[in-house]
Amino acid sequence: MEELLEVLKKVKPGVDFENNSNLIDEEILDPFDIVSIVAAINEEFDIQITAKDIVPENFNSIDKMYALVEKLEEE
Amino acid sequence: MFGVLYSGNYYTVLDVKSPKERINLILNSLEPMAIIVDNKSLQKAKELGIENNFFVYEDMIESEESEEIIQKIRSQMIDTDPMYILFTSGSTGIPKGTVISHKAVITYTQWVVNTFTIDYNTIWGSQTPFYFSMSITDVFSTIVTGATLYIIPKMYFSFPVKLIDYINEMKINSIYWVPSALQIVANFKTLDEVKAKTLKRIMFAGEVMPTKQLNYWMDNIPDATYVNLFGPTETTDICTYYVVDRKFDNSESLPIGRSCDNCDTIIIKEDGTKALDGEEGELCVRGSFLAMGYYKNPEKTAEVFVQNPLNKNYPEIIYRTGDIVKYNDRGELIYLSRKDFQIKHMGYRIELGEIENTVNNIEGVSTCACIYDNENSRIVLFYQGDKDKNEIIDASKKVLTSYMQPSCVIKLDRIPYNANGKIDRVNLKKIYKGE
Repeated sequence: MEELLEVLKKVKPGVDFENNSNLIDEEILDPFDIVSIVAAINEEFDIQITAKDIVPENFNSIDKMYALVEKLEEE
Repeated sequence: MFGVLYSGNYYTVLDVKSPKERINLILNSLEPMAIIVDNKSLQKAKELGIENNFFVYEDMIESEESEEIIQKIRSQMIDTDPMYILFTSGSTGIPKGTVISHKAVITYTQWVVNTFTIDYNTIWGSQTPFYFSMSITDVFSTIVTGATLYIIPKMYFSFPVKLIDYINEMKINSIYWVPSALQIVANFKTLDEVKAKTLKRIMFAGEVMPTKQLNYWMDNIPDATYVNLFGPTETTDICTYYVVDRKFDNSESLPIGRSCDNCDTIIIKEDGTKALDGEEGELCVRGSFLAMGYYKNPEKTAEVFVQNPLNKNYPEIIYRTGDIVKYNDRGELIYLSRKDFQIKHMGYRIELGEIENTVNNIEGVSTCACIYDNENSRIVLFYQGDKDKNEIIDASKKVLTSYMQPSCVIKLDRIPYNANGKIDRVNLKKIYKGE
């Protein structure tokens, strides 16, 4: 989780990733942020997030993103 | 927008999300007679410190119109009156307001409708914001023909599967997007996951469409028509176009094709004469698509809206695009670079665009951009992708001639884009200076 937080903070500084669980619904992250976050997570965790997992539900909060990383690491 | 036009006035669309400084610069230049806001953005507008001239949309539509006054105004309107002013970010950072007439939009829209057979069966899925010239194409071709236009919520462009689902659900058959939007779909291999069943026209402009990603689309939706459109805000939206009629290798770049109807392009060399057979020169445009000039800016207007140097007989204004182009063997226009983007490096004339195009094709690069550091004579390459710097340097040595090798390579988590979805080169210069 710490590792993920660091990745997110690097991609988009100044966002309260710890507490905000409406990152998408409140339009805090824009399309280019999502693209960068996906690329950064893929690289950091050596996983491949594919189009079918790139849905708002998986990116609304750091917990959701972490769950996605864990799921893909298991696969 | 339509109410303003109907009442014989002209408008500027403002983005409530753009920085306060930019909005203020635009308002200072415009000195608008009225600012129309909806209830949602009223608070935001007040925060800008604008005191008066506010009209709230929700109140306005409740009020009675004066048919008599409107008729009188409308009987005096002419086609060369301004229709809207569109602000672009000038290279100096001060927004320039391009004044577009009714005539330009009418002529332009007529070309769009005829060339791409837009009619009441057309269903557009619009991506570009209304303060961006590309929106003129889908919005006004819809108005003229009774087509349908869906404004795709911006967030869908983060989630490509949802985006394609939306297209299918609304039965969208035509799109006109910036390449970066098409690239997102291609980079995530979205069409492997979900098929876009209804798309027939796939048009793009605003930036160079990389062939790697275009090929992904063409392989997955082979029956659609693909069109590369090209032009600046100063020619309403577009001045040349190319309907993709053959397969392109990932390393080739797309032609920008030929001029639109009622819009002529001439290539003028540095010495002011016409470029002949395949010679390079600046793309200049004449005809009804041309803007009237820049708002309250006669100096800037005079720099680029000039007398046609090939015509000594009567006044004829052409617009100098600042783009360097040439004709290929097939008689298609080829975009080379911006005039201020063509560099002299170690004695060679180099198009930074050519380096970008080559590097984009390297496996593991999703986007890249080049700038030139004039002071130190360095080509600086920025890229975004999953390979590290040394791998990119090694790979670029295999595909780029030695004098085109970047002397500095910077990996970014993301290439910065401006509000219109174009690569933000001013910002790249800042990043480079900060390194």
